[in-house]
Amino acid sequence: MGEVLDRFRDRALILKLAKLIKGLAKGLDKIRIMHVCGTHEHTITHYGLRHLMPPNVKLIAGPGCPVCIVPAREVDEAVKLALSGVTVYTYGDMYKVPGSKMSLAQARAKGGKVKVVYGFDDVLRKRVKEDSVFFAVGFETTAPTVASPLYEGRVPEVIKLLTSYRLTVPVLRYVLSLKASPIRGVICPGHVSAITGASAWEYVVKDFKIPAVIAGFEPLDVMIAVTEILKQLREGKARLVNEYSRVVSYEGNLRAKQYLKEVFEVVDGKWRGIGLVPLSKLKLKDEFSTWDARLYFEDKLRDIGEGDDIKPGCKCAEVILGIMEPKDCPMFMRACTPSKPLGPCMVSSEGTCHIWAKYGYLG
Amino acid sequence: MYIRVIAMCLGVPGRIVELKEGFRALVDFGGIRREVDVSLLPGVKVGDYVIIHAGAAISKVSEEDALITLKLWKEIAEVMGYGKRGSSNISSR
Amino acid sequence: MVSEEVVTLAHGSGGVETLRLVEELIAPRFKYKDYKGGIGLRELDDGATIPLNGFNLVISTDSYTVEPIFFPGGDIGKLAVTGSINDVVVMGAKPIVILDSIVVEEGFPLSYLRRILDSMAEVANREGVALVGGDFKVMPRGKVDRIIISTTCVGLVKRLITDAGLKVGDKLVISGTIAEHGAAILAAQMGMEVKGGLLSDCAPLTKLMEIALEVGGVTAAKDLTRGGLASALNEMARKSGVTVRIKEELIPIRNAVRRYSEMLGVDPLILASEGRALLGVEAKKAEELVRELRMRGFKDATVIGEVVGKGGKVLLETSVGGLRPLEPPSGEIVPRIC
Repeated sequence: MGEVLDRFRDRALILKLAKLIKGLAKGLDKIRIMHVCGTHEHTITHYGLRHLMPPNVKLIAGPGCPVCIVPAREVDEAVKLALSGVTVYTYGDMYKVPGSKMSLAQARAKGGKVKVVYGFDDVLRKRVKEDSVFFAVGFETTAPTVASPLYEGRVPEVIKLLTSYRLTVPVLRYVLSLKASPIRGVICPGHVSAITGASAWEYVVKDFKIPAVIAGFEPLDVMIAVTEILKQLREGKARLVNEYSRVVSYEGNLRAKQYLKEVFEVVDGKWRGIGLVPLSKLKLKDEFSTWDARLYFEDKLRDIGEGDDIKPGCKCAEVILGIMEPKDCPMFMRACTPSKPLGPCMVSSEGTCHIWAKYGYLG
Repeated sequence: MYIRVIAMCLGVPGRIVELKEGFRALVDFGGIRREVDVSLLPGVKVGDYVIIHAGAAISKVSEEDALITLKLWKEIAEVMGYGKRGSSNISSR
Repeated sequence: MVSEEVVTLAHGSGGVETLRLVEELIAPRFKYKDYKGGIGLRELDDGATIPLNGFNLVISTDSYTVEPIFFPGGDIGKLAVTGSINDVVVMGAKPIVILDSIVVEEGFPLSYLRRILDSMAEVANREGVALVGGDFKVMPRGKVDRIIISTTCVGLVKRLITDAGLKVGDKLVISGTIAEHGAAILAAQMGMEVKGGLLSDCAPLTKLMEIALEVGGVTAAKDLTRGGLASALNEMARKSGVTVRIKEELIPIRNAVRRYSEMLGVDPLILASEGRALLGVEAKKAEELVRELRMRGFKDATVIGEVVGKGGKVLLETSVGGLRPLEPPSGEIVPRIC
């Protein structure tokens, strides 16, 4: 298997596709292709794939970083709990994301109890004895890893959940629905799709007539997705293509979807940098309120303010939505730099502004 | 050097080497082994390749499908990029 | 509430934050930054120098903490002596003496201390370096985490090699496979079983530098420590005011290390080595240097790129033909979930 998967890094084939992409893009207007997955952004930047794109093909990182879009208020909740002596477990990525005043990493430096784990299973295996909190962030992919043990009665009552789950399927619909949306093609997230199934993205093609490709995370996967999208644009068609069929099925992971349905209800949710998105957030159902950190620690969390999501003048929202490029933001590289970031897009290493700041000089 | 670590990246396929009690399995990633939650993949067997995300197996990986994708796109790249007919098709649009 | 600034782990990770702290917090407070024009606080090279009638005394000091204390391929003692020797050696100097300072937590097993001292002695004895002094202190239980070792190494050299001497056209040579110390430590910290094993590469660079100086044409040298190859390349490029272009496919990395870092979502280019050096070499000498190194035990030594112009950046041509800047690492290294 390893040998087969290595072929998804085949330099010769990737360079052939790069040539093909240049040919397909010739004569077309500016084509903005959006992906909504932090790991796709990682593949694109790590392998330097933007360098292989013609100037009129732009790969845009949409709201695909599940930690950057957690509202500051929810980070503040976790920080408050950590500083008040409750142990807060969370993922490495969440650890560095700033709230209104500080990140969990900074809270830890101030004596807050913060522990980084790889997954919820690590917390379960720790045999926690005292009240503690798991800061449960993520998308459709991550939520089932908590829903399953919770539903199966494997979560001790001392482990409370501070949930900040968001859903990528509705947020992409929201982004594409915006009047100003310039998006001409979509690379759908591979591992979200492993759970939701390819079927979840049919609306992109049906309702928006935009080519959509579910892609894996090797450089060849991304190159294939871009080629396929340009091919469809050339042909004036819009189809949903599952390039990642080695992992993603049409109907998805039914067991995981069932767990999600049993444990959570879908409600409207706020996204940092975007605002309120209809039916895009998972909330623990009443049957599981015993584990709800917001109820259990109500006293400690009472005086948490609205939260400081976006500094005045910051154009993160427009950048995440693909309406604006970082260079069009008046703060970019002036008041807002990677070492002194103002907005969430500059904070996260997967944020578009951060990437532009680092990669801009390649021209 | 002090590196805080805890996590493993997602997206890397591992092979199930042993099924354990309580919805867990030992998974091998090219020589490195770790216990993961397999409650989302009922019926998973020793020898299956799975995608691990945040400590849980979320999907099986099919080698057969991987080969199909590779073959298909190799052909597309050949035909569109190098065959004369393919390229004229594109430019005539 | 005004949030008071505090020291974070990122400040000590050897990346951008550490450099900023040294440059903004430490250096400005000291009026005298060098001795008689030697290398000092302005250059922030691997070691400092004291010019001494035609000779240079090279001095370097470092504190060592590592979790776990005993790791595959070494321990904190071996690391402490090797690390300071290497800082002196990469400046072209012959190490002559070391001093050590050991702080131990009350209750620390004497057997561990013996093992650690054995390792320190083994390296020093083999290298012919004298331990000429030191300090030993004990802190009450809980006031220090088990053991911290600081070492200072002094060496002598006529012609200095700095990390700022790269010229346009020079080739960059790496002395062996990278990221092995970092990967071994990560694996040990995670308590993971690794088939075939990941071993720290912790080793003195004395023989390597001897060969390099014998062949000649070396314009810059640096040992890879915290921050790995990415950090070393960036420091060299920045201090030399040149832009280097590296080919990823030429960088030697063992397969186990590559797979392992991939799984963790950590770039092997930022993982530490403790027994590898990065050398800048005049183009006409590069081939000969690599050949000599390979013949004399450094079988993975290879050219990984070249200096392409003025600037101060590091460009990486990726394994699939893309291009990206290789940034110096920043923040704590924390693997990603997504």
